[in-house]
Amino acid sequence: MDAKELRKYFPILHQEVNGHPLVYLDNGATSQKPIQVIEAMDKYYKEYNSNVHRGVHTLGSLATDGYEGAREKVRAFINAREAAEVVFTRGTTSAVNTVAYGYARAVLKPGDEIVTTVVEHHANFIPWQQAAKATGATFKFIPLAEDGTVTLDAVRDTITDNTKIVAIHHISNVLGDTTPIKEIAQIAHQHGALLFVDGAQGAPHKKIDVQDLDCDFYAFSAHKMAGPTGVGVLYGKREVLERVEPMEFGGEMIDFVELYDSTWKELPWKFEGGTPIIAGAIGLGAAIDFLEEIGMDNIERHEKKLVAYAMEQMREIEGMTIYGPQQDRSSLITFNLAGVHPHDLSTVLDSYGIAVRAGHHCAQPLMRWLNVTATARASFYMYNTEDEVDAFVAGLKKTKEYFGNVFS
Amino acid sequence: MSSLDDLYRRVIMDHYQKPRNRGKLEEAEGLIVNLNNPTCGDSISLSLKVEDGKVTDAKFLGEGCSISMSSASMMTDAVKGKSVEEALELAHRFSELMQGKEIDDSIDLGDIEALSGVAKFPARIKCATLAWKALEQGIKQSGQE
Repeated sequence: MDAKELRKYFPILHQEVNGHPLVYLDNGATSQKPIQVIEAMDKYYKEYNSNVHRGVHTLGSLATDGYEGAREKVRAFINAREAAEVVFTRGTTSAVNTVAYGYARAVLKPGDEIVTTVVEHHANFIPWQQAAKATGATFKFIPLAEDGTVTLDAVRDTITDNTKIVAIHHISNVLGDTTPIKEIAQIAHQHGALLFVDGAQGAPHKKIDVQDLDCDFYAFSAHKMAGPTGVGVLYGKREVLERVEPMEFGGEMIDFVELYDSTWKELPWKFEGGTPIIAGAIGLGAAIDFLEEIGMDNIERHEKKLVAYAMEQMREIEGMTIYGPQQDRSSLITFNLAGVHPHDLSTVLDSYGIAVRAGHHCAQPLMRWLNVTATARASFYMYNTEDEVDAFVAGLKKTKEYFGNVFS
Repeated sequence: MSSLDDLYRRVIMDHYQKPRNRGKLEEAEGLIVNLNNPTCGDSISLSLKVEDGKVTDAKFLGEGCSISMSSASMMTDAVKGKSVEEALELAHRFSELMQGKEIDDSIDLGDIEALSGVAKFPARIKCATLAWKALEQGIKQSGQE
């Protein structure tokens, strides 16, 4: 895989920001989109825009084929047993809420437990917190190791026979650690609990095999994996998805509508009320084609190499703190530079054309656990290069120098 | 002056490093406003003493970037001893300054003027206005607007 070669497919990368070539290191927030994805969506709107699942006419069939074809691509991408286990949502957030409302709130009782960690992104935290609050279930946290990682011993010590749902990240958007999903699934299942995996930072960066992981749910967003915003996926095993009630009622999702009751379509459509995100799903399908062409293993290897290369140079900067595990990290590095607030750091880097994220990364409980109010984060993708890492490290050094000067 | 130097003027860094009026008032002495900026985690706890239509004391505690903390330091310095009307007028001027508007130079903003460079950094305007929002809320709470 040649990152430099890949860049030609991403029109946005070829521009200057504040007089410097753009170095985009905010992929954890959203990734850039290749021309193939942009054109696939364009083509739908220009050539076969139509609603799905209803028109008997030609364009209607083409749109339905495009939409359902994208579902099949997702199925193959995560190795689900059948396409019916792939539900299109607005993104990871709405996927979590679909299960938190349609399952957790409907079945949990006082005494039941939802188990999670303080590492979770707010999207995989608040829906469960509120479901626990609404049902009287207990909201429990797996204690973390010193570097913020989740150990199996801690998982075993926390999950009990009262645990009904375990909600956990595949890859943390702050710490970059990868949780042992397969083993956690085993422990959860021994206690009769379901495992919900937030894969927002997993699916874009790693080969996913949901059958091998044996998780009950896996959620992710298209826009973090070279696809468009506004569309995501809720994967669920058929037998568990059948136990989840739909949250949104309306057209597209119904079977029979009577005056005083209605019945739902079968999976996955019972969760897709209203006209779905047709262009978005088609764009996600094109993104998956693009990722498969490069190979997820190649992407993961490239990113890990970049992260290791960056961390090695960052450690040499005095006053640098890198949060989370110090090796074998996925695609992102969260850090602080002593004496420079992350916002200030981000503003100075931006003046050199370097885009990083600063703030709490939608993980306030984790920020408190780390005992910081904010951090900076550089997150990489397949098209980032070692030259860009060098520019980023040089930018960090200049930031430090700049603040050294304004302070003196 | 580069726009970066315009943003981080020396007087801003001076307030960031040596914040004025850092601290809090006892509950009996004044009122407290806690505000935060949920998108970035900046927070401020502003103590205000408002007596007979006048801001007689202002102190702050908080966590945040150089812009938010220096702004809080400057704001507390600027409003202490001012009447409520004058303080609100200053808040209004500051808001205009952040929108990049030409401001009436009959009012001397003192150190605060140094924050005018923030207007060119839209992502940072909220950092600068946090303390002023707390001031407006505090004056409202005092019931003496």
